[in-house]
Amino acid sequence: MSFHPLMPYGEGWHRSDRTLVAEGEPFAFTRERAAALEEICGKYPADQRKSAVLAALYLVQEQQGYLTASAMRHVGEFLRITPAEVEDVASYYVMFFKAPVGRYVLQVCRTLSCALAGAERVTETLCEKLGIELGGTDPSGMFTVLEFECLGACDRAPIVMVNNEHWHEKATPESCAALLDDLKQRGAAALSGCHLRVEK
Amino acid sequence: MEPVLTRYIREPNSYTLDFYTKHDGYEGLKKTLATQPGDVIEIVKASGLRGRGGAGFPTGLKWQFIDKKSPKPKYIACNADESEPGTFKDHLLMERNPHLLFEGCLIGCWAIGAKVAYIYIRGEFYHVQRILEAELAKAYAQGYCGRNIMGSGWDCDIVIHRGAGAYEAGEETALIESLEGKRAQPRIKPPFPAVSGLYNAPTAVNNVETLCNLPAIMINGAEWFTALGPEKNGEPKLYCVSGHVKKPGVYETSMRTTLKQLIFDYAGGIRDGHQLKAVIPGGSSVPILLPDQLDVPASFDDVAKAGSLLGSAGIIVMDETTCMVWAAQNLMHFYMHESCGKCTPCREGGDWLYKLLSKIERGEGESRDLDLLNSVANNILGKTLCAFGDAEATPVLTTLQHFRQEYEQHIRDGRCPVQADWRGHSILTAAH
Repeated sequence: MSFHPLMPYGEGWHRSDRTLVAEGEPFAFTRERAAALEEICGKYPADQRKSAVLAALYLVQEQQGYLTASAMRHVGEFLRITPAEVEDVASYYVMFFKAPVGRYVLQVCRTLSCALAGAERVTETLCEKLGIELGGTDPSGMFTVLEFECLGACDRAPIVMVNNEHWHEKATPESCAALLDDLKQRGAAALSGCHLRVEK
Repeated sequence: MEPVLTRYIREPNSYTLDFYTKHDGYEGLKKTLATQPGDVIEIVKASGLRGRGGAGFPTGLKWQFIDKKSPKPKYIACNADESEPGTFKDHLLMERNPHLLFEGCLIGCWAIGAKVAYIYIRGEFYHVQRILEAELAKAYAQGYCGRNIMGSGWDCDIVIHRGAGAYEAGEETALIESLEGKRAQPRIKPPFPAVSGLYNAPTAVNNVETLCNLPAIMINGAEWFTALGPEKNGEPKLYCVSGHVKKPGVYETSMRTTLKQLIFDYAGGIRDGHQLKAVIPGGSSVPILLPDQLDVPASFDDVAKAGSLLGSAGIIVMDETTCMVWAAQNLMHFYMHESCGKCTPCREGGDWLYKLLSKIERGEGESRDLDLLNSVANNILGKTLCAFGDAEATPVLTTLQHFRQEYEQHIRDGRCPVQADWRGHSILTAAH
């Protein structure tokens, strides 16, 4: 029943998309990552290890590419919090992948300033060139294309963020097509030098 | 006027400690450490510095509210979760001048009696975070941070905390929740963070640009600062201009500068062959101004008088190729996606507004949908824990107010009347 008298509230209007994350392979941090996480925990008060949960989830993603239920349980044990507390956080933040993604995740900013600068055409070109739908991964497992909300660099619009870290600025359909080729040929080396750009 | 915050920003090594200390770096902190904390707060109050995150709340007052008698530790939480659409000033400051932020954090900590400042940086700014981390390590190594800062015997730490993609984390209590390792959702206020914030201890949440103003205030004094700008609108100010202008970018100028000058002089005006249609002057959450409303100084008070808000000073410029129904739909997608889900009107209402706008933009709208948009938006406005609800209702209400005829045209013609050369091909083919 809708609380607004004129608003339909049924099929297609209600959103609840909670899906359980796959169990995945048994997970444990490598010794280096466990040590790194322990050091991060030390930056917060001793009884506030939970503050390191985002850092822990980034480390899981660094180790295996995406989050699984067994990894989230491991994080819970490490930080002495419940698996539910970890899933609560993991399901909220958009930079955590809850399913396998391509080796290079291309996220195109879609918000107003980027859209005014042609972000829709950039997304289209990437999908067309890879032969995939938005949100999909190409058959080789190399690229995933997603849309993203405002990345905070509207003067360099449109922005494509690769693997949550590397930015490709002032993107055009042509520059993005070239980026795909470059990534295929040179791998991660193609990603350097796309930030710290100061306009004259 | 001579830029204060961005004076050296184009120098190739402006981000290094070496460069910073050669250009008055950490002089403000030195002066601070020789001043009683209570007096530092008085200086900041007298300077009239107002928070740069969006609300424009006086910074000195915020610090004065910190419960000094509390036996708990005090904290500075620096809000570097810059994600208001159209805003990118903190990005530039941190990328090009990280030590200015560290110095500001330390001055804030001294003033309120904190021993730790947490810089909450949005997860997407990882390249900026790496610069911050490298420079922070240098500041520690050279005694500007950590134990016995500058030989004063005072200890203070700075911790960089990476977020993970949540606009709502920019709301001060949601930022605190996120720092504690929870979902970024706002708390019920009161108690305000000054009384019970991070780990239930007194906390001041300050924006990056706000903190970056502190070193100059401490060096030059409150009177110098107030003399720069219009009354009760402390300076200097960074403006972010983006959208359909020739030179999008961050511009530091006096708050006496008009919006018109910012768009036409600083940002080079509208791209050739096009005319200005509408301006969002303070990040996507504020009402639209029309071309004839722009001859006002870009200060907090003057923009408010003109019927909008300065907000985060993110000026988004749109020319005549922009369909305003589409613009509202684009922003509503943002708000629908970023709503934290805690308050029902915002969580469900945003979803409904987006679906209604999409329906109209597709050409399937009915005239009763306009009243429905108004009704749903007004049922979000003022009915949520944080300002997100108001921000979410604004794009709909402001476009309906100024561009109702465009909505009506969509409904009458059964299609979007604008064919912009920057829209996606498939979208254009589908719509026509």
